[in-house]
Parts: sequence; C-alpha cells; structure tokens
Amino acid sequence: MKDRSKEDEVADININTVNKYFGDVHVIKDVSLDIKSQSFTVLVGPSGCGKSTMLRMIAGLEDINSGTISIDGQVVNDLPPKQRNIAMVFQSYALYPHMTVFDNMAFGLKLEKRSKDEINERVNEAARILQIEDYLKRKPKQLSGGQRQRVAIGRAITRKPKVFLFDEPLSNLDAALRVQMRVELAKLHNELEATMIYVTHDQTEAMTLADDIVVLDTGIVSQKGSPLQLYDKPNNMFVGGFIGSPKMNFISSKITSKSGNATEVDLMGMSKITVPKMSASSSEGDAVTLGIRPEHVLVNQDSDGTWESKVFVVEKLGSGTFLYLEKDGEPLVAETEGHSDIKVGDTVKVGFPSNRCHLFDSSNQAFK
Amino acid sequence: MKKISLPSIFSQLLLLFFVLIWIIPTFGLFISSLRDKDLLAISGWWTSLTTTKVNEIYRMAGMENQIKEGDFFIIKGKLFDSNSGKKIQSFGITSKRINEFAVDDIAILKDDSFVTVNEDGEYILKSEKEFSKKKGKRLFITALSPPAFTFDNYREVLFKEGIGRAFINTMAVALPSTLIPLIICSFFAYALTWMKFFGRDTLLAIIIASLVVPLQMSLIPILTIYNDFGALFGVAAKSYPGVWMAHTGFGLASTTFLLRNFLKSLPNEMMEAAKVDGATHYDIFLRIILPLSVPAFASIFILQFLWCWNDLLVGLVFLDQVPSEIILTAKLKELLGSRGENWEILTTGAFVSMTVPLFIFFALQRYFIRGLVAGSVKG
Repeated sequence: MKDRSKEDEVADININTVNKYFGDVHVIKDVSLDIKSQSFTVLVGPSGCGKSTMLRMIAGLEDINSGTISIDGQVVNDLPPKQRNIAMVFQSYALYPHMTVFDNMAFGLKLEKRSKDEINERVNEAARILQIEDYLKRKPKQLSGGQRQRVAIGRAITRKPKVFLFDEPLSNLDAALRVQMRVELAKLHNELEATMIYVTHDQTEAMTLADDIVVLDTGIVSQKGSPLQLYDKPNNMFVGGFIGSPKMNFISSKITSKSGNATEVDLMGMSKITVPKMSASSSEGDAVTLGIRPEHVLVNQDSDGTWESKVFVVEKLGSGTFLYLEKDGEPLVAETEGHSDIKVGDTVKVGFPSNRCHLFDSSNQAFK
Repeated sequence: MKKISLPSIFSQLLLLFFVLIWIIPTFGLFISSLRDKDLLAISGWWTSLTTTKVNEIYRMAGMENQIKEGDFFIIKGKLFDSNSGKKIQSFGITSKRINEFAVDDIAILKDDSFVTVNEDGEYILKSEKEFSKKKGKRLFITALSPPAFTFDNYREVLFKEGIGRAFINTMAVALPSTLIPLIICSFFAYALTWMKFFGRDTLLAIIIASLVVPLQMSLIPILTIYNDFGALFGVAAKSYPGVWMAHTGFGLASTTFLLRNFLKSLPNEMMEAAKVDGATHYDIFLRIILPLSVPAFASIFILQFLWCWNDLLVGLVFLDQVPSEIILTAKLKELLGSRGENWEILTTGAFVSMTVPLFIFFALQRYFIRGLVAGSVKG
C-alpha cells in the first residue's frame, strides 16, 4: 500500500492494475487508483471513457478481468455487492415502484433482518437528513424527480455503508434542481463522513463536489488531483480541455528558443511569448500547442504577448462576456467584463499573460 | 369536442360492425338457451323478445270433470297457466276457422253445447245434456304471448345430460394446466432474463423455435411415451395428470416467452439496486419481480386458461371419453352427434361452455388487452 497521504490515513479503496473487456473492446486499461477514506472522489470523463464501468466494478455489478480491487485492505474481486459494504445511487433512481418510500428505504435493512425498531429509527433518520419525512407513505410515482433522487440517496444512507457510489445521480434533474442537489450532496458528505465515489460527465459537478478528481480518458486515468491542481496544472491537453468552461483555447505554435526553465514560442507570427514552463524532451523548432483559458485572456490590455482579431460572436452573460474571435483559422474565446461595449465586427487586441499559458507537446503532454 | 373525420367515422363503423358480429350470435345463443324447447324448434330467437301472436290448440276436459248446476251440465277449466301472461284474442272450434269467435262470444258446438272463453284462458262449457265423451273437445285459440323465458333447459342440460359434470371436469383440467406452467414459467423467465449462465441464449432460441412446433405433430408420440411410461408403473396413460403435463408442455414455451418479454422491459438498474441492497435472486424474484408482474401474470393466465378451456384435441387424446373425465368441448361434440335435433340442449350446452370465457373476458379485460400486446408495448 502506497503511503503518499500527509496524515497516516489508510486508503480506503485500492484499485490495482484493473482491466476490463467487453468482448473484444478493452474499456479499462491497467487502471490503478487509491481512494482515501472519507474523501469525495469524482470520476469524470466524456461518455464512453469507462467511468461508469469503473464504478460498477467497485460495486461488484461488473466482473473484473484482471487486477484487484480492495476495500479496507480486503480484496473484493469475487465478493457479491452486498458483502462489499457499499451503497449505490443510480442515474435513473432505480426505486422499487410498488413500494412506498419507507419500504424502498427499508428494503436493504429488511433483507439484513434488522429489528423493526432499528429499521424505523434508521429510515426516519435518513428521511430527516434528506427532508423527505412527509413523503414516507407515498409511492415513487407520486414524487417529483428531485424527491425521487432523495429517496434513492436515502436508500443508500439507511444501510450505513462504508462507501457510497453515485452513478451520474443528477443527470436526470433540471438545471436548477441539479445545483440545489449538488449543494446538498456536499453537505451530506460532511455530515456522513463516508467515502463517496461519484461518476459524472459534468465537469462543473466534478469541480464543485470533489476532494479529488480522477479524469478518465478511453479507459486510462488521465490525471488525478484536487480540482485546482487539475485546473492550474493539467497533465495533458485532454485534461486541460476537459476541465473548465468554456473550454481552454488551443493555439498551434512552434518553439522558437529554449532557456533554463522557460520556453519561448511563436504566437501566429505576430509576437513571441516566453512561457515559464519546460519540457526536457522538446527542442527548438518543435510544434507545440499553446493553451490558455478564456478567463485568462486579456482583452484590450497590454500583456506579454498580444495579437489583434475580429469579433464574430458576443455572448453577454451579465457576470461576464464571451467573445468568439478568429485569427487565420485559429478560433479563440476570450472572457471580458460583464458590461463590455465590444460589438460584433470590432477588432480587439488580446493579450496572453505568460504565467497563465500552458504548453503541450506533440504527444499532448504538458510542459511542467 | 371530438373531431369528426372520415377515417374516424369509418373506424367507428368498423368497430360497430365487429361488435355486432360478435354480440349477435352470443346474445342469440343466450336467448335461445332460455326459451321453451318447443318454441325454439319452430321460431327464431328474435321473435321471443317481443309480444307475439301465437296460434295454439288445446283440448278441454272430458266428461269426468262435469258438474251439474241447475239444468245445465258444466265443464270448467283453464287452457293454460295464467302466470304465462298470454292473452286470448279469438278462438275457434274447428281447424278450418280458428278465428271464428272473439273472446266473450258464445260458440255453439255441434252437440248443441256452448262454450265461452275468457282472455286468461278460462273456459266454461255448458250443455243441457250430459257430456258423454271421455276426450275433451278441441279449442283453437289465437293469443298474444309476452316474452317468456325458462331455466328448464339449463336444469336438464346440467343435471341430466352430463354437461354439469363435464364443466367440473374441464375446470379440473384447465386450472392445473394453467397454474403449473405459470409457476414454472415465472422462474424460468426470470432465469432467462436476469441470471447469467452458460447456454442461456441457446435455451432462449430453443424456446422460440419450439413455439412453431405444431401441437398435432407431437400428440401421438407423446401419447405413446405416456403409454409406455404408464405401463411401467401400472397406471392408466389417459388421466388428469397426463393431460396437465401435456398442456403444461404445450403451453410452457409461449408463456415463458411472453413473460420473458415483460420481464425484459423492467429496468435493469432496479435489479442492480436490489443486488446492492443485498437481495439474492430469490429475494428479487419474490419481493420485486412478482409484485410488479401481476399484470403480466394475469394476461398469461387468461391466455393459457382460455386455451385449455377451449381445447378439444388434447382433451380427446389424453383423456378417456367417460363421464368422470370427458371435458365440455368433447361432451358438446358428443351431444351434437346423439342429440343433434334437440336445439335446446345444444344451445344451452354451448352457452354453459361459454360462460367461463365470457366471465374472464369481462372481469379481466384490461389484462386481456395487455396480454395481446405483451412485449410490443412497454408496461
């Protein structure tokens, strides 16, 4: 067991070189992960990246072809879900339609043959936490989407598992409710002090909820780290593009010179910029990609590197304005203040602060 | 307000047409089964619904009923039971002129006696001479007869002709023949849908393939096997357990297939949630699948029960044609041969055999429709 955490905390879940095939398709490729006890870990990635499969393997709903998954030091590869001390919340809620909310939440406890008092106590406790005490006698079809999702979470809570698994639990909810439930999930995590693993394709959910984000890309772990680590120091172009909204701008470029710990690149032939990042394997003349987030692009301000461009689309959001620019076939999105006078057709000067720039080499790996 | 368009009118008319096509014979059979057997032979069932004019012949009482009252010898009597509601309009004393006299007229007979007839069938025959004939005189009446129905046919058919016993026999065949495959197919369909095991898809393919095996093809081979098997244990090949097994075998493929299609439509995540909750397959089956499948079970029960109830072939092959084993359809077929002239027996027998399908249809019609579309439409 690797001991890389600051405190002497035992990793609750160890995933060790796990592989999974669906027929001939290799969906999980040698994935290794340590998930700390009581952490909130979000598995994020585009659809088809294997994040749900990963979760289902932890839950025991999917066989593992090779490698091991252990929970609390115990290898659980061959254990059925109920012996893994986990609970799972599904995207479609997966409530039992013929049972009342109470029975839905008590189902697992009844199967464990708990006493009636204990069942009552635990269900009522969960209902109190989730504020669904008034609906206990209703059937799922009499509830709204948000209430159903609460019941589904309640069903997980009552069993007091060591690990909660969430499979895109908020995807079926409307935008407003999603934000509300997101906050409540964060509160719930604080309250329950349990390990939570959460799968989503929505990077906003990942950023807001996670202690640790694991970005998965076609079956491999692209990067693991805290939300801000991923935001500030993406390991590769995929993570850089995936985290943040709107997406990071990528501009094709070329290394013009290298110095000790900085790399100078060409900006569309209009200017040069020295980025304080290095890669040992790169050399002068190599093609690289310069990445910069829209919120870091300076509009009509002097900066380390600048260029001028025409505005094609203006999106006013109130809190900010997004400008869609294009220069010689290279699109660029820039964010400026909410009450901007810039109109479509205007020519603006955009500046690139060098310490906000990222560089990626031809194999999409980031310069450090 | 509903929009009236040509296609909708057409479809409504078509619906009406089919309803009539179905209702009229059923209703006719029902009315016929309630009619007097003599009337049934001479007039259609629709004539019995309204007041009709009937011509009837009665014979008055003979000499032994006469009493002397003053100077006259009198015979009093009733032509028919006044409960029948018939009302006499006119009467006659010869077959040539049956409408010769109105009610309350005095008709003078050949022997100088005279007769009066009341509306309700009471008559008074008076004569100065003593009546000397044993046989009474004939009276021809024309009367208005209101609709009249009787359960006599049912009494006869159920208790004398053996239809009642055959009804019970058919129940004894159809109920187990429905419940046994239903129990087996519920477990079977669950395993086919939600359990992973080697050869599952092959098994399903075999089931689908066996749906198209004609029943007629396998009847005799199976009976032969029964015979050999029965001989081995010294029991009769033709018996109730035999017919139950036959129906179970023939029905199992289709019931399993229908139920599997229904189970397949239940969300996978629900089963997984139950598994995570700690449910075994048995728990999932009992606590989740069974309660949710009640409509599907009802549909399949109806289809299989009606199939067994209306079956003739299997019942003929696998049961002896003795009173303790003969089923309704076979009994009706037998009656058709032996009592082909007796319409009251055939119509009544036929209606008795229809009662159960009709009851099931009306009581469970919403499941009926779901059963027919099972698998094609979700839920």
